[in-house]
Amino acid sequence: MNHVLEIAGLTKTFGGLTATDNVSLTVNAGEIHALIGPNGAGKSTLINQICGELMPNAGHIHLAGRDITRLPPAERVALGLGRTFQITSLLDDMTVRENLALAVQAREGGNFRIFDRAANRAEVWDEVAEILAASALGPRAGVTVADLAHGEKKQLELLMALSQRPRLLLLDEPMAGLGHLESQQMIDALLAARGDCAMLLVEHDMDAVFALADRVTVLVYGRVIAAGNADEIRANPAVRDAYLGEEDT
Amino acid sequence: MKREYLILATVFLLLALVPFLAAATGQTSWTRLVGQALIYGMAAASLNFILGYGGMISFGHAAFFGIGGYVVGIMYHHFDAGTSFLGVIPGTDQMLITLPAAVLVAGLAAALVGAMSLRTGGVQFIMITLAFAQMFFFLFISLKTYGGEDGIMVRRTNALPGLDMRNRDTLYWVVLCFAAAYYLFLRRLVQSSFGQIIAGIRQNERRMASMGISTFRYKLYAFILSGMGAGLAGALMVNFLRFASPDMMHWTRSGEFMIMVILGGVGTLAGPFIGAGVLFTVETTLARYTEHWMLPVGILLLVVVLTSKGGLMALIRKLTGGQK
Amino acid sequence: MILLIEQLLNGLQYGVTLFLLAAGLTLIFGIMGVINLAHGALYMVGAFAGAWVSIQTGSFWAGLLAGLVASAIAGVLVELGVMRRLYARDHLDQVLATFALILIFNQSTVLIFGRQPLFTSLPEMFSGSVEIVPGLPYPSYRLFVIAVGLAVAFGLYLLINKTRIGMLVRAGASNRQMVRALGVNIGGLYTAVFGLGALLAGLAGVMASPIMSVQVGMGDEIILATFVVVVIGGVGSVKGAFVAGIVLGMCDTMLRAFLPGLLQQVMPGSEAQALGVGISSMGIYLMMAIILLVRPRGLFAAQG
Repeated sequence: MNHVLEIAGLTKTFGGLTATDNVSLTVNAGEIHALIGPNGAGKSTLINQICGELMPNAGHIHLAGRDITRLPPAERVALGLGRTFQITSLLDDMTVRENLALAVQAREGGNFRIFDRAANRAEVWDEVAEILAASALGPRAGVTVADLAHGEKKQLELLMALSQRPRLLLLDEPMAGLGHLESQQMIDALLAARGDCAMLLVEHDMDAVFALADRVTVLVYGRVIAAGNADEIRANPAVRDAYLGEEDT
Repeated sequence: MKREYLILATVFLLLALVPFLAAATGQTSWTRLVGQALIYGMAAASLNFILGYGGMISFGHAAFFGIGGYVVGIMYHHFDAGTSFLGVIPGTDQMLITLPAAVLVAGLAAALVGAMSLRTGGVQFIMITLAFAQMFFFLFISLKTYGGEDGIMVRRTNALPGLDMRNRDTLYWVVLCFAAAYYLFLRRLVQSSFGQIIAGIRQNERRMASMGISTFRYKLYAFILSGMGAGLAGALMVNFLRFASPDMMHWTRSGEFMIMVILGGVGTLAGPFIGAGVLFTVETTLARYTEHWMLPVGILLLVVVLTSKGGLMALIRKLTGGQK
Repeated sequence: MILLIEQLLNGLQYGVTLFLLAAGLTLIFGIMGVINLAHGALYMVGAFAGAWVSIQTGSFWAGLLAGLVASAIAGVLVELGVMRRLYARDHLDQVLATFALILIFNQSTVLIFGRQPLFTSLPEMFSGSVEIVPGLPYPSYRLFVIAVGLAVAFGLYLLINKTRIGMLVRAGASNRQMVRALGVNIGGLYTAVFGLGALLAGLAGVMASPIMSVQVGMGDEIILATFVVVVIGGVGSVKGAFVAGIVLGMCDTMLRAFLPGLLQQVMPGSEAQALGVGISSMGIYLMMAIILLVRPRGLFAAQG
C-alpha cells in the first residue's frame, strides 16, 4: 500500500492519564482522512506527536516510509509534513504578504544568507504573488496579520501550510470559529488542494467532515473505536453512542 | 530611502567634524567622549540584534565586549614583553590582526555560552547568560599574568598601516569609520534572508518550527554574530582607552548595554547609538556634579520602562510626524 | 579531618543563606512569572536595617526584628509600586525595571549610610563556640544560622505542602491561568508572596551581617550565586532551591578552602594561590554549565 502516513501503536501518557492509547492509523496518498472524537479524546495530543512537539511513550510514526518517531519537528517538515494550528499561529507583526514570503523562503532555503536582501528574492516574491492572486486573500495582502479577521487568519494559515508543498497536511480544526459561509470557503479550499497532498483532518464540524473525508477514524478516550468510510461511520452504533448521538440531543 | 541615506551622510559628516569643533571651542574632551559613546553604541547595537530583532534577552553581553578587549590587551602584553601566548602565539600590535582575532575569540565564547543557554528560554536564559558572563569576569580576575583585578595597560594604540594612530583625532576617525561600517552591516543583516528568519522567530518560534526552521541553530548563529560585534566594540574600546580591565565585563555593564538599547528604542537600527550617546552623556554630566549619579539614572530608567514603549526613537518619530 | 568538618559546616551555613534567597526568588518567579533582579537589594535592606538597629540598641534581636520588618515593607512597596505593573509585560521590561531598582536601592543606601561598611556584634547567647567534635570548637552563631535556615526550609515545606496558600502556590507554579480562574484574590496573593520572598531575603541579610561586612553592593554579589542556585535547582522549584543551595554552598566553600593548597603541591605558591582562587570563584558557574548540559531545565524543573 502507498501510505503517506502510518501510525502504529502510538501511546502517550501524562502522569496517570493515557491521552493516546495504542492508536494505529494510515493515510493514503491523495486521501483526506478525518479524525473525530469528543473533546478530550486525544486528537490534539495525537497531532502534536505527529508534528514532534510531543514524544510518544510507545509506538511508531512513519512518513512516506521513513521512521520519524524521534525526529525533531523541523526535520519532519523537511520530509514533507505541514500543519495548521487549532489556535491560529502566525507572525502577527507582519503583513499577509510577508507571512507568506517567509513561509516560501523557509522552503526555498538560503536562510543563513546574511548579505542578500530578502526583499529582492524574485523566486520568493513571484510565488507569493501567484498564491495571492489565486486566493480570496489577495486584496488583503498588505494588511498586518494582527488586523485580520479570524476567518482570514485561518485562510492564511492554510495558504502558508500549502506553500510548503507538504506530502501530508495536518489540519487541527480548520473550521473552528468560522461562520457558515467561511466554512464553505474553507471546504472548497481544502477540496481544491486535495490533489496536491494527503490530509489528516481533525474537526468537530460533522458536515465538513462528511463533505471532505474519504475515511474517518473515531477516537474516544485516546482509543480508536471505529474506522471506515463516511457511511460506515454514520451507521456504526458504537460511534452513535459515544459521539454522534450527543449531537442529536 | 533617499531621505535615509541623506540623514546618515549628514550624521556621519557631523560626527567626523567633532575633532575640529572640539579644537575650535577648546573642549578637547569632546572627541574622547563622542568616541567612547560610538563604541558603546556599537556594543549596544550588537546586543540589539539579538534582543530587539531576535527577542533573546541576553544579560551577559558585556562578557563578549570584555573578551574582545582582552584579546587586544593580551596580544599587546606579549608583543611588549616579547613572549608568546601559551608559548605558541606571538603577540602583536597590528590592528589588522588584533581586531579580527578579538572578533573571532568573542565569537567562540558566544558559541559556547549560546549553546548552553539557548536550549532554554525566558527567565532561565536571562539568568544563565548572566551567570556565564560572571564566570568570565572571575576568570579574568584570576589571570594574574594579565593584571588580575587591575587589568592590562596597553601603552600604545595598535598600529594601522599608513596612519598615525598615536594621534587621538586619527584614532577617533578610525573608530567612527568602524561604527559607520558596523551600522551598515547591521542594516544589511536585518534585511537579509537570515534577518527575516530571526524576526520570524521573535514573533512566533513555534510557527517557524512548523515551517521547517530549526530555530535553535538560527538563534545560535544570531547569538554568535552578536557576540562578535560586541567583541569588535571591546577591542576598539581597549585601543581607544589603552586599557583593558575586568570591569569591562562586569554584569552591571551588561545592564548598561540593555539600558542603552531600551532608551534608544528596541529593534531599531539607530536607537542603540542614540541610547548610548544619551546614557553616556547623562552619566558623565551627572558624575561631574554628584557621585550619586546612579540614583537619577535608576529613576530615569524606571520611569522610561514603566511609562513608555519604544524608547527615544519612538519619541523622535512622534515629533517628526510619524516618519521613519 | 577537623578542618574538613569545619569547612563543611561553613559550606552548610553559606548554603542555607543561598537557599533563603533562592527560595524567595524561585517562588516569586513560579507564581508571578517575573524575574526580580532586585532580590539582592532586599537582602541588603535587611542587613542594613538589622545592623543599624542592633548598633543603636545594642541588641541583635532588635536588629533581627528590624531587618525582617524593613525588608518585608520594602518588598511590599516594590510589589505595589513597580512589580504590579510588570506582570503582564515581557521579561525585558522586568529585567530593566528591577535593574533600575538595584541602582536606586544601592545609591539610596550610600546616601543614608555612606560607603563605610557597618560592623555588628554577635548576640550574647551565641558569642561563644561549641565543641562539636573533640578538638573542633565551632562558633555557635554559625550553628544558629544553620538551624534557622533548616527551620525555614521545614516551615516552607509545611506551608507549601499542607496549607491552602501552599496549594495555590503549587497550582500557580504549574498553571498560572488556573489560579486566576479559581477566583482567588490574586493581587493579595501576589503581594503576600512577594513580601514573603523579601522577608526571607531580609532574614538572610540579617543572619549574614555579623559574619560578613554590611556594605553597599553586598546584594549584587550574592544575587548572582543565587541565580545559579535557582537555575540548577529548576526555576520555580523550592525543593530544587534547597538542594542546589546546600550543594553549591558546600562546593563553593570547599573549593575556596582547599583548592589553592592542593594546587600548591604542583606549582609555585603565588600562582597556585591566584589560580586556585580564580577557579574556585568560577566553580559554581562551571557546575551550572555541566548540569545544564545534562538537564537543560535544571534538576527539579516543573513540568511544561
